[in-house]
Amino acid sequence: MDFLFIIQQTLSSTFGVNAIIFALAAIGLNMHFGYTGLLNFGQAGFLAIGAYSVAVPVISFGISLWVAFLIGIFNSIIFALLLGIPTLRLRADYLAIVTIAAAEIVRQIARSVTFNDVLGGSGGLSGNFANDFFALNPFKEGLTTPILRFNGNDLWVVITGWILVAIITFIMWIMVNSPWGRVMRAIREDEDAVRSLGKNVYLYKMQSLIIGGVIGSIGGFVYALSRQSVQPDNYGTALTFFAYTVLILGGAARVFAPIVGAMIFWFLIVFIEQVLREGVNANLIPDWLIGVNQVGQIRFMLMGLGLMLLMIFRPQGIFGDKKELALDAKA
Amino acid sequence: MERDLNFASKKISARLILLAITLLSAVAGFSSITAPANAADPVTKIFGVVTGSTEQPLAGVGISIVGPDGFSAEVKTDLLGAWEVLVPTKGTYSATINEGDLPDGQALTDPTKGTAKANVFMPGVELRILFPIGPGVQQSSLLERSAQLTVDGLILGLIIALAALGLNLIFGTTGLTNFAHGEILTLGGLLTYYLSAIVKLPVLVAAPIAVVLSAFISGFLQDKYLWKPLRKRGTGLIAMLVVSIGFAIFLRYFFLFLFGGDTRQLPQYAGQAGLDLGLVNITPKSILTTVIGIGFIIFATLWLLRTRMGKASRAVADNPALASASGIDVQKVIQAVWILGAALAGYAGVVVTINQGVSFLMGQDMLLLIFAAVTLGGLGTANGALVGSLIIGLFVQLSTLFIPTELKYVGALIILILILIVRPQGILGQKDRIG
Repeated sequence: MDFLFIIQQTLSSTFGVNAIIFALAAIGLNMHFGYTGLLNFGQAGFLAIGAYSVAVPVISFGISLWVAFLIGIFNSIIFALLLGIPTLRLRADYLAIVTIAAAEIVRQIARSVTFNDVLGGSGGLSGNFANDFFALNPFKEGLTTPILRFNGNDLWVVITGWILVAIITFIMWIMVNSPWGRVMRAIREDEDAVRSLGKNVYLYKMQSLIIGGVIGSIGGFVYALSRQSVQPDNYGTALTFFAYTVLILGGAARVFAPIVGAMIFWFLIVFIEQVLREGVNANLIPDWLIGVNQVGQIRFMLMGLGLMLLMIFRPQGIFGDKKELALDAKA
Repeated sequence: MERDLNFASKKISARLILLAITLLSAVAGFSSITAPANAADPVTKIFGVVTGSTEQPLAGVGISIVGPDGFSAEVKTDLLGAWEVLVPTKGTYSATINEGDLPDGQALTDPTKGTAKANVFMPGVELRILFPIGPGVQQSSLLERSAQLTVDGLILGLIIALAALGLNLIFGTTGLTNFAHGEILTLGGLLTYYLSAIVKLPVLVAAPIAVVLSAFISGFLQDKYLWKPLRKRGTGLIAMLVVSIGFAIFLRYFFLFLFGGDTRQLPQYAGQAGLDLGLVNITPKSILTTVIGIGFIIFATLWLLRTRMGKASRAVADNPALASASGIDVQKVIQAVWILGAALAGYAGVVVTINQGVSFLMGQDMLLLIFAAVTLGGLGTANGALVGSLIIGLFVQLSTLFIPTELKYVGALIILILILIVRPQGILGQKDRIG
């Protein structure tokens, strides 16, 4: 086994692009679920909207990348309004079903042959839409150390990505500790009590949905830029569920939880995968048990199992406060 | 559960696992191992297999490919129906099938799909193009198409209803929104496949055994060893919902691990010819499975309305504390509901398997439709689930008269959202249920 290689791969993922994408997706969910108690299962839809909003205008309509970012934020606000207007008055599990359906609608439209010319169908879109962004990269040679390794483009995405995560986390911290944030938490605990104090719960929930959705779509920007392509099937329901896993792992309703959760999530995922892969390659794990191509499946099984066990035995995650977390409240 | 399922041994499925990986990498996208772009000598190709209505290969069918920089190529399918074209550069290629080469009785099921596009986004990729070919469709009248789609819609509605009844009963009695319900269908389908294709039992024997095993494994065992302990711990409803998501992911990839990623047909009745009943064409297996399905639903309804246990289950759904106080054994009622629900959902999986084949994603594909049906009819109401299922089934099929077939599920989901705006409690739901 090449331990140094395993460590390098693992740490590069822990601080890498995927951790940034999931941190952003989970920060958005933290706003929805952690602070306001909204069970949004359509976060993948917000990421898809963000990703397609940077790729489609540039590739299909020749609009500047920087304008495309604004289009992405605008689109995610519209999507949040479309989702919120019918569902925010309903009980939590209704919201869950409708949001998951809405995210599926987005994905199925994105991959349909009907809109092939604009959205690229099931193969997605790829091209040089991110050139303007990578042209600014001062670290074109990348980073190669025994424990961390990024190529030039990845390094630029990683640096700008983590700066973005830091800024957004800081804004979240200010927001949730403001009077506004306290109203949000009060809604999560007891909607009727907040209503009796004369607050418009519906409007507050809508604000939460929009803010969390916009943060999710920024995660979609990072996804599209880092891959320099968008593929509809990357934005399936699994993405949402793993973003939840990240959030719950860190501890819902904690500002830093999504960041820590994303790092630990990717550390575990890649570490286990690399060890299994090396084990299979070195014939330490017999072939009849796990074939080399089945490592990916084992990884997903462990992710599912991990989410179950986490929710059963430590729903507050690593840093969460059980009292803060109203997971056990009425549905 | 693991022991019962440990059937698709690796020897049989080595080839299938490769397919699974192709599929998985499309789903996963996060793998740290990069695509074949790094291979020493990248071969960029577009390929496909042309098969007819009963999956038989069609040889000698011409395919022409045009691409950027004036690239064009002509190939014919070989004896296995396979074709491939090596392409030189990145870009969008379009492949057109020569419909004149198709044998009699075979034609494109969708005349607009004769040309397909492939976006070669980097050198070294291998892209697959499939043309949908089925029994030759004579230009049928709008009336005939509507009639056929209505029948298809009713059958789909019935499948959804079988699964939705159980989901709704479980929701009603325990409050659990079970995201792992689709996997009960998959298990039912996989058991049928195992018993009929590997143990070589006739389907008529395999199917009932699969239903009984579903009731036992997915119903009795699942409730006893997963959900009952969680209820005893006082785990919250939202927490249980998230647990069910984790469980669904675990099971889905466990099925993939055992079974591989392709859709498989039962060896028996695979290419059964349809009966021509005037306006509609329907296979005997489809009629039989539907009639038995209706029987199951009538049985479940009678159970709910007439038996002591059924009445008790409605009491528990209404008010568990009061039901418990009046001497009803709530845990026993929940157990009965799980067993019944799992048997119904397991049978839904059997129906899908017999008529369309089985794959590990079968349950996930159905889950959103089931949810849509249940929400449409009213969460927690048994007859609401039936009404909602039939509406969703009919809507999904009939909408293809007006919108492209690939968007038919989108239409159903949009209807779901629209109904919730107008009538949030669902068609038959009670207002106080939405809180």
